[in-house]
Amino acid sequence: MSKRANMSGNEAISNAIRQINPDVVGAFPITPSTEIPQYISKFVADDLIDTEFVAVESEHSAMSVCLGASASGVRAMTATSSCGMALMYELLYVAASDRLPIVLAAVNRALTGPININVDHSDTMGAKDSGWIQIYSENAQEAYDNMLMAHRIAEHPEVMLPTMICQDGFVTSHAIGNILLEDDDKVKAFVGTYDPEKHILNPEESVGVGPYSIGAYYMEMKIAQFRAMENARKVISDVSSDFEKVFGRKYGMFEEYEMADAELAIVIMSSAAGTAKDAIDNLRARGVKAGLIKLRVFRPFPAAELAEALKGVKALAIMDRSDGFTGNGGPLGSEVKGALYGRTDGIKTINIVFGLGGRDVTVEGYEEVYENLEKLKSTPAEEIPYCIHLGQREEK
Amino acid sequence: MSDKNLDKMGHINELSPWQDITVGGFVIGEGNSKFFNTGDWRTKAPIWNQENCKQCLLCFPWCPDSSIPIENSKRLEFDMEHCKGCGICAKVCPFSAISMVAAGEEK
Repeated sequence: MSKRANMSGNEAISNAIRQINPDVVGAFPITPSTEIPQYISKFVADDLIDTEFVAVESEHSAMSVCLGASASGVRAMTATSSCGMALMYELLYVAASDRLPIVLAAVNRALTGPININVDHSDTMGAKDSGWIQIYSENAQEAYDNMLMAHRIAEHPEVMLPTMICQDGFVTSHAIGNILLEDDDKVKAFVGTYDPEKHILNPEESVGVGPYSIGAYYMEMKIAQFRAMENARKVISDVSSDFEKVFGRKYGMFEEYEMADAELAIVIMSSAAGTAKDAIDNLRARGVKAGLIKLRVFRPFPAAELAEALKGVKALAIMDRSDGFTGNGGPLGSEVKGALYGRTDGIKTINIVFGLGGRDVTVEGYEEVYENLEKLKSTPAEEIPYCIHLGQREEK
Repeated sequence: MSDKNLDKMGHINELSPWQDITVGGFVIGEGNSKFFNTGDWRTKAPIWNQENCKQCLLCFPWCPDSSIPIENSKRLEFDMEHCKGCGICAKVCPFSAISMVAAGEEK
């Protein structure tokens, strides 16, 4: 029987990790993900798990521990946030190219400059091209559920890619909410065991990991990663269907909220989607055909499915919780516009950067977004700015 | 990504299609550095002067590669497929039995 519990996102995802009982965790504390390694070390001390917890001196070392452990054929995990993830960037790419299915619990927090500890997505967006699968969670339940699916996706023989499960700092990681916690045995049966054919601790066969790949090999290695990421689409879909069969909660590449007849829509990720859904309920009561797509899987990016889901929309706002300073909009904005190009024509589209460094956006804020989308419907495309910001103080 | 590709290590080469490269580029089996010919890195080459050589074998442990083959406790001619021309052997030889020349002049 699943059990009702009150937990923060950090506690929920730590409980998933307890149930999975990974072989090795290498982690370094950083707000707001600190609690995750803290919970894990408590589980170890209380003899609830037999994980080898390695307290390292930096996140660079945390990911290095995971690389070594994973290459030895065991389950390796870590957790981090913000600058901690930035310190891992070098090794994130190594994990992906070595095809080591490490699982990382990411708690999204703004990157420093200026220093800030609150939520935005600049940390994991900085890793969006590292070759990791990225799955984003709206609340503690989703963070827990996504973590239960992570290893089966990452370790699938057709994938073998590291995977990060992301949740929003403080809003999700520290706010306590209701969640359904599944039975330990049922989770263990769902997650299964990991027994890779090739690893470095096999006395019968020598294996070297991470060889120098000169020009004659580098591109072939990268194409293999490209294929693995392609293969991940079906595996994520299959694992999510299986999850629904076992636990009853349905997950797709994204969630559609009031999209069936929506004319005004936003694409958004993580906790901010919850507030936006309340705004949609208000707008629907007033007869506004408002809808929302909450992207769950950012890597691999579900471009074709997204374009299909948006094809009836007249005006669209793509909501980015990091800027990127690209001269062409935030990372989600660029991806979604790229997904629409050549697949659907005529949607009036704007990219909105919001919520940086934990800036709150209220229900009224989202209602304002939909009011602007109504105006956007009749605005000539060439007059629509590629990107605007929401929620800042400015002189009008 | 099939099992047949995982077993091909040692035969993977610069003409192999990406499908034949092992998952993650794992190198299966030991001693495969002998398949990597580093001899074309050379700008200098060693010459073995056998008349001066006392077969003390000091050159052998100093060689950073595998360019001084040993058979029956005696060194043989340099393995020029692997010699990078670093010159360490010439430096450590107590009997001036190894001298360095510009690459190409050793022939």
